[in-house]
Amino acid sequence: MGEQLSPLEPIFRPGSHGNFVDGVGVTLSEIAPGSIVQLAAWPGEEKKLMAAIGSVTGLKLADGAGAGASSDRYAAFGFAPGKFLVSDASEGLATTFAGKVAAATGTVTDLSHGRTAIRIAGPRSEWVLAKLFAVDFSLPAFSVGSGISTTHHDVFTQIQRSGPDSFDLYVFRSFARSFWKMLCHASDEVGYEVR
Amino acid sequence: MLITCPYCGPRDVSEFAYQGDGNRTRPDPASTDSEAWNAYVYDRLNPAGIHNEIWQHAGGCRVHLAVVRDTLTHEISSVRFAREHGTPTHSRRNHGAKA
Ligand SMILES: [Zn+2]
Repeated sequence: MGEQLSPLEPIFRPGSHGNFVDGVGVTLSEIAPGSIVQLAAWPGEEKKLMAAIGSVTGLKLADGAGAGASSDRYAAFGFAPGKFLVSDASEGLATTFAGKVAAATGTVTDLSHGRTAIRIAGPRSEWVLAKLFAVDFSLPAFSVGSGISTTHHDVFTQIQRSGPDSFDLYVFRSFARSFWKMLCHASDEVGYEVR
Repeated sequence: MLITCPYCGPRDVSEFAYQGDGNRTRPDPASTDSEAWNAYVYDRLNPAGIHNEIWQHAGGCRVHLAVVRDTLTHEISSVRFAREHGTPTHSRRNHGAKA
């Protein structure tokens, strides 16, 4: 296993920042999963692909747009019709799926080096994200485990709600550093901790 | 202006890319009928009112959508996947109060 490098490294400053005197509103961290894989089903093959996701990760995905789930090791959610993002704390997930998803079922794309995963957690997470994305982040509209695809000024972002106050953001690796800076600026007002 | 993507739910128009008039019918690629090709490329109804359009949810699920929009009011009366006919087969989980 090679040493994993982060695009955030030059600007990643652990500690408290911004207006934190009255408490820290959000915590920002890099998740750095070992694998990030995109799976896409051919039309009519979604159920078979979802079964493969279930057999590899043990996660049960409900039917319907954006449905998802996570465990200590894996996270998975739909982000478009018949398309899913799956992450694994360990490396090698794309190889595993390549052996489980038949060519007639769909495609497996290894994005482990192409995406950066950032977690924003804490009581003001919805508030901070609402500054960046024109999406309803409230719990009734965006349930735990489910995911969406959206954009902030051409930075395409896939977001999974990982808890009532926690969201995992997947951005293109080449945009990750500027996105992280922007997220820090947006979090300044509520006080944030980087860890 | 909001467009309710059948997969993603209501989203700001800035996430969508306009892909043109939805009324066009492409001639057979083998056709040498220059009038038909000319009509396909250039002729537009430009109505003041209800208009069939193709949009792509480029900043979201990236699906192409067949949208019916009123060009006078921007009211959108229907959205479906461009590749499907009739009612959408996917739908966003309950979005709370606003649809
Ligand atoms: Zn969409």
